[in-house]
Amino acid sequence: MSDLTEAEVRAEVRQWLAENWDPDMPLVEWRSKLADSGWGMPQWPKEWYGRGLPHALARVVEEEMANVGAVGVARSGVRLLAAATLLEHGSDLQKKKFLRRILTGEDTWCQFFSEPGSGSDLAGATTRAELKGDFWIINGQKVWTTSAHHADYGLLLARTDWDVPKHEGLSYFIIEVKQPGVEVRQLKQMNGYASFNQVFFTDAKVPQENLVGRVGEGWKIALTTLAHERRLADGLQPTPLKRGARVGRIHAEERIETEKANEPYKWYPQRAGRVDLIIERAKETGANKDPYVRQEIAKLMILAKSAEWTARRARAAQQQGRPQGPEGSLGKLAASHVARGCSRVHTLITGTAAMLSGPESPRNGIIAEILLSVPAVSIAGGTDEIQRNIIAERVLGLPKEPRFDTGPFRNVRRN
Amino acid sequence: MNRSDEPGLEPRRRIQFAFTEEQEQFRSTLRRFLTDRSPTTEVRRLMATDQGYDETVWRQLTEELGLPGIHIPEQFGGAGFGMVELCIVTEELGRALLCAPYFSTAVLGANAILNAGTDAQKSALLPKIANGSCLATLAITEPAGDWDPAAVRTIAIADGGGYRLDGTKSFVVDGHIADLLVTAARLPDSVGRQGVALFVVQANSDGVQRRLLQSIDPTRKIARIEFQQAYASLLGNLSDGANAITRTLDQAAIALANEMVGGAQTMLESAVSYAKLRVQFGRPIGSFQAIKHKLADMLLEVELAKSAAYYAAQAAAIDDPEWPALACLAKASASEAYLHAAAECIQIHGGIGFTWDNDTHLWFKRAKSSEVFLGSPNYHRELLMQRWGV
Ligand SMILES: Cc1cc2nc3c(=O)[nH]c(=O)nc-3n(C[C@H](O)[C@H](O)[C@H](O)COP(=O)(O)OP(=O)(O)OC[C@H]3O[C@@H](n4cnc5c(N)ncnc54)[C@H](O)[C@@H]3O)c2cc1C
Repeated sequence: MSDLTEAEVRAEVRQWLAENWDPDMPLVEWRSKLADSGWGMPQWPKEWYGRGLPHALARVVEEEMANVGAVGVARSGVRLLAAATLLEHGSDLQKKKFLRRILTGEDTWCQFFSEPGSGSDLAGATTRAELKGDFWIINGQKVWTTSAHHADYGLLLARTDWDVPKHEGLSYFIIEVKQPGVEVRQLKQMNGYASFNQVFFTDAKVPQENLVGRVGEGWKIALTTLAHERRLADGLQPTPLKRGARVGRIHAEERIETEKANEPYKWYPQRAGRVDLIIERAKETGANKDPYVRQEIAKLMILAKSAEWTARRARAAQQQGRPQGPEGSLGKLAASHVARGCSRVHTLITGTAAMLSGPESPRNGIIAEILLSVPAVSIAGGTDEIQRNIIAERVLGLPKEPRFDTGPFRNVRRN
Repeated sequence: MNRSDEPGLEPRRRIQFAFTEEQEQFRSTLRRFLTDRSPTTEVRRLMATDQGYDETVWRQLTEELGLPGIHIPEQFGGAGFGMVELCIVTEELGRALLCAPYFSTAVLGANAILNAGTDAQKSALLPKIANGSCLATLAITEPAGDWDPAAVRTIAIADGGGYRLDGTKSFVVDGHIADLLVTAARLPDSVGRQGVALFVVQANSDGVQRRLLQSIDPTRKIARIEFQQAYASLLGNLSDGANAITRTLDQAAIALANEMVGGAQTMLESAVSYAKLRVQFGRPIGSFQAIKHKLADMLLEVELAKSAAYYAAQAAAIDDPEWPALACLAKASASEAYLHAAAECIQIHGGIGFTWDNDTHLWFKRAKSSEVFLGSPNYHRELLMQRWGV
């Protein structure tokens, strides 16, 4: 940890920005500067594109960048989950090869965890990896892989040993998506979008140096990725810090890049329920005059506010380096309740017009999209039932569910 | 206890808590027909079309089963059954999610004519509905989305022997394909329920513009209709229009409640069978109590909603004075049970339940749109209290 004060950090980053920030620079060139100077991810370690600053000071850096309108490092998709996992478990070679290009936005990532036969039970993965010569040869199928159709690399959980208990037979790889043995097929969702994919591996190749950690450590490493994913699913929106002028070539480039990267996530705000629209909609439809609707809105807002503050408590504890309390595990479950509540109250407010969809429907289709997207919240990134099991067993310390999947994985019942 | 529950009454005037042998037989014939003619591959094919139904299947369900006229008296070309049989039909159609203009034609259109029309009008209009050759619907709701006759703003001005209509209707089920539009309008300068009446408009008349709306549930098509000086003839009389509309909507709420419990039952069955099949952690997911309890609760909710829907149909069939209140009770109950069953069915399917290729969303969308169709649950709960005099 550094002992710098806020004022020192402010002064230093200001000066650096004055010398380096140029809105007409190509985007990747600028982001390379951010990565190399450590100002892009100041909370990361000094040796790996960061400055080792505590979270509170990293926020100061963000503020200063926003003040001059500077573009930040790439953050979209699962790239930051990949980065967090590599920072914790990756080899120096892997960190060197991947972290920088994650930040510059040159590489896009996806997560090959879920399979047709194993979703909640991720450790039941049956995609196999076999070492042949210098390469791991991958065969099997993944599914629900968000963004695989854009991705350069994937975080892959695959089975390397069938004769040990299931958690011990998995290994964790980085796989190049754009290669002959990997076939990505888009899957359409019930809301009409196609942001996730089915992915087939047929003798796909992973060079030996892309094994993360050791053989058999895959499950432990996947848990790191999942912990970061759950934390990011707490429903907290990052506060946009967009001040400063946003003109110049670099902003145009960033807009195009963001649009492309966000394409699979366009409906994500809707799946979270759009609590931000509730009161506006009640006013614009006149539903705010109905005492029953008022009660329902108030109930929902109480839930949403309390959930937000619970997530903030979790984040604050983490930023101060203190262990999180139970509030940490509750965020994702609370976000599900909020989303479902939103779907109900939006329907209540919208009335008969909730039958409509498309451009002629309320808010240009956004309300319909909420109603048809909310069901994903309680499934994606671990279902509500699984969150409750985690909370009950790990937070409350209740006795564990008796297991039916011990012993060699080969003999475990599966689909 | 309800008056009609009293043991002293003759059976035909009493609420029946079990279907008769004949009714059960009718149901299973119908179910076989639908399994055969309306598999989800057909539902998907038809929901992607603008027309929204298959003319051959419509003809078959008329010729083989007499469905459009099931509740129309024999003297007007129907089969002469009543509300209970009509609701058996809607329950089965909801279960199979048949894409056909049945709710519009039989439930809304035919009932409106039965409730409002003169005998001469019934003789002229109903036989063609019963024999499947005329598709009808009811146009009451306007863009504001109200289901209350007092909210009607479309104007009817007397012109010769008939009327000219001006106004806009929306959320009209099958309004884009119906031949006959039974339309609510009011006389100039009238307010509230006074001066509201039903009119018959031939859909292909001058001054009628119809447009299919994009809806959340593609298996039930809705349309927007603009009337500009469209020629209309009065259905029945001017003094009783609002009552006929209310009666028609109450019957429709009961038929819809039965349709919804049919759909909810499909969701329950689908979730149960998936829970038995799907293995995670070395065991079927149905062996987890979290899933078992969900399914047990779903069964409870679906059965409660069914009881309400069946009871309301029985009460309407014998004209129990309480039946309009029960229509609200049944609609509110079924709306919530269906939506919850559909949401839980997706949840129990996990990721696959959120995909387009899995069939669950077809019913989920029907549940979502039926929740507000004919009035949302809170609207019906309030009306229930009013009708109970609370
Ligand atoms: C929009 C979306 C995006 C996604 N993106 C990705 C992605 O990018 N990468 C990726 O790898 N995956 C992704 N997923 C997959 C997601 O993580 C899985 O769908 C989820 O973990 C559930 O797994 P499953 O679908 O196999 O359902 P299953 O695990 O089969 O679950 C079926 C039902 O059983 C219940 N159940 C299972 N086990 C238990 C238990 N022990 N106790 C009680 N109930 C249980 C579940 O809660 C659920 O209700 C995405 C999913 C969605 C919907």
